[in-house]
Amino acid sequence: MTATSAAPAARSRRRIAGLPYLLLLPGMLWLGVFFVVPMVFLLSQSLQTGTLETGYRLTFHFATYSDSLAQFSRQFVRSFEYAFLATVLALLISYPLAYAIALKSGRWKPVLLVVVVAPFFTSFLLRTLAWQTILNSDGLVMKFFRGTHLIELTSALGWTNGSQLLSSPLAVVTGLTYNFLPFMTLPLFASLDRLDPRLLEAAGDLYATPLTAFRRVTLPISMPGVVAGTLLTFIPAAGDYINSQLLGNPQTAMIGQVIEGYFLRINDYPTAAALSFALMFTILVLVSVYVRKSGTEELV
Amino acid sequence: MAGAARADNSGDLVLSSLTKRFGAFTAVDDVDLRIPQGSFFALLGPSGCGKTTTLRMVAGLEQPTAGEVRIGAHDITYDKPYRRPVNTVFQSYALFPHLSVRENVAFGLKRRRSSQVDKLVADVLELTELQALAARKPGQLSGGQQQRVALARAIVNKPAVLLLDEPLGALDLKLRRQMQVELKRIQTEVGLTFVHVTHDQEEAMTMADTIAVMNAGRIEQLGAPAELYENPATTFTANFLGQSNLIRATVRDRQPDSATVALPSGTLRVPASRLPAGIDDVWVGVRPEKISVESEPTGPSGASNRIAGLVVTDASFMGVSTQYLVRTPWGQELMVFEQNRGRAAIHRPGDKVSLSFSAEHTFALDAGQDVEAGIDLDETPS
Repeated sequence: MTATSAAPAARSRRRIAGLPYLLLLPGMLWLGVFFVVPMVFLLSQSLQTGTLETGYRLTFHFATYSDSLAQFSRQFVRSFEYAFLATVLALLISYPLAYAIALKSGRWKPVLLVVVVAPFFTSFLLRTLAWQTILNSDGLVMKFFRGTHLIELTSALGWTNGSQLLSSPLAVVTGLTYNFLPFMTLPLFASLDRLDPRLLEAAGDLYATPLTAFRRVTLPISMPGVVAGTLLTFIPAAGDYINSQLLGNPQTAMIGQVIEGYFLRINDYPTAAALSFALMFTILVLVSVYVRKSGTEELV
Repeated sequence: MAGAARADNSGDLVLSSLTKRFGAFTAVDDVDLRIPQGSFFALLGPSGCGKTTTLRMVAGLEQPTAGEVRIGAHDITYDKPYRRPVNTVFQSYALFPHLSVRENVAFGLKRRRSSQVDKLVADVLELTELQALAARKPGQLSGGQQQRVALARAIVNKPAVLLLDEPLGALDLKLRRQMQVELKRIQTEVGLTFVHVTHDQEEAMTMADTIAVMNAGRIEQLGAPAELYENPATTFTANFLGQSNLIRATVRDRQPDSATVALPSGTLRVPASRLPAGIDDVWVGVRPEKISVESEPTGPSGASNRIAGLVVTDASFMGVSTQYLVRTPWGQELMVFEQNRGRAAIHRPGDKVSLSFSAEHTFALDAGQDVEAGIDLDETPS
């Protein structure tokens, strides 16, 4: 704020000295009111004790963290497993898709991009419900799985239960993958779209086979897109509670469902807040390690 | 072919009947060329003449419609680019942005699993004076430095043929001159075959041993720079390579060593060796710098050719020379560059003058050709 008040003094020569700060102000205010304040509130809540009837008081009760984590460790770990699987699947599906759109689609590029974004025109909840129909016992997918006896394989692996696809880990991971796919595709597209095809010609000219050219040129250059896409998929998928609720069973429960239940049904705010914080902290640690390992700082 | 002819031609690059069509458009039309091993060869022509397409077919980036590409006895027409002993310096450089200068240069060697990557890279970085920049990324380099990296990245592989696609096109004039000398030095030092594609006639003449002038998908003329310049065989070469004054004339009297041709007014002598056989309607040509301007009336002159009764219409003093435009009695404007030797006063517009030049600097071309061919294409000064 000192910069804005200093600005008039330097008006003649550096009229816009305070302008950058001024432009930052709305964003900073927004972040303060809708992020920092709720975070502090949540942190404080996680350390309170009491009941909804008697009211909560801040007692710095750190045991809430260890108790709730011990109780829900299965759901906690499962969330990261599912999110990881969904992220890997989304990457495997999105990379060829984004590559084709960016480098091979020609004049169809805008149309294909709209198709990628199209699911966003309907609600997240509706789309997930649609998957119940897609995967139900009378559906084509189920018929295919039964006809090819794939269902016996997936059941043996523990991905599905008995003779159905719904209410299974497979269905939950499929739903997660589907719902977050555009978040993977779009950043990948953005980085591949900037790739100069002449670099691939140069790689070929320098004795690289198409496969080597991909490994040594295309992939490293698209790494910022891979990192952005995996983060945008992994983070929301780890905290998701809709897919497991609609496509899973109690044995597929993810930590997001537990938090939702404790906040909205059991009204045990400290436990819910503690689990939220633990989730956030774990994601933050994983993401920092990942970004550091992928070493993309210089590429962006 | 003039220039570097060698007894051992096992590494010559040979194009036979090479043709490339894009739909109805013929980009390269039945080109036959033999480029001797170790020579600095330039493919010179205006944009769209097919020179880059020819280069890309040699690199394997374009499939010929017909014909073949050989290096020595080895047919590489349908080899994949990564299997050819050919490297390219791309016009846009196409340096890998995520790799350092050293890694860019080592790229080709590593793909071929060379056992002495470090040493070869160090040698070529020294040759191109890039040692100090080895750890930088291409984005941190200037245009001239990037150009040198692109060159180093290609020559380190010791290809049988090095292709250069307008390699100096993106550089400013001063840097371009400097790099021309540098390229020539490096070529002499490494002894590789350089095939250089350019639309800049000065660049081609400065560096190349042999120039192939290309026009509309065909080789217009082939030869050493001086030979092409002094003995253009077509109006296109006469105009595209430097500038020429072309005057419509008719052959009158053929002698064994020379012929007399009649201009709209007056006559000139042309050496028989520079006169197309059996053709009487010709363009008589003379380069602007071969002419001297004399004030009328003039005394007797030793020069064998003279055009009298002209008027200076424009004179631009350019320091080393003066550039004149003079109008002939039949209304054509001719160009003259007269070197500033400090002897004669500069003629002014309106002065009556005559032009004189030696018969041996006079050439004649078939008048069936377009007199404007090759004028004002790309960077040809107007």
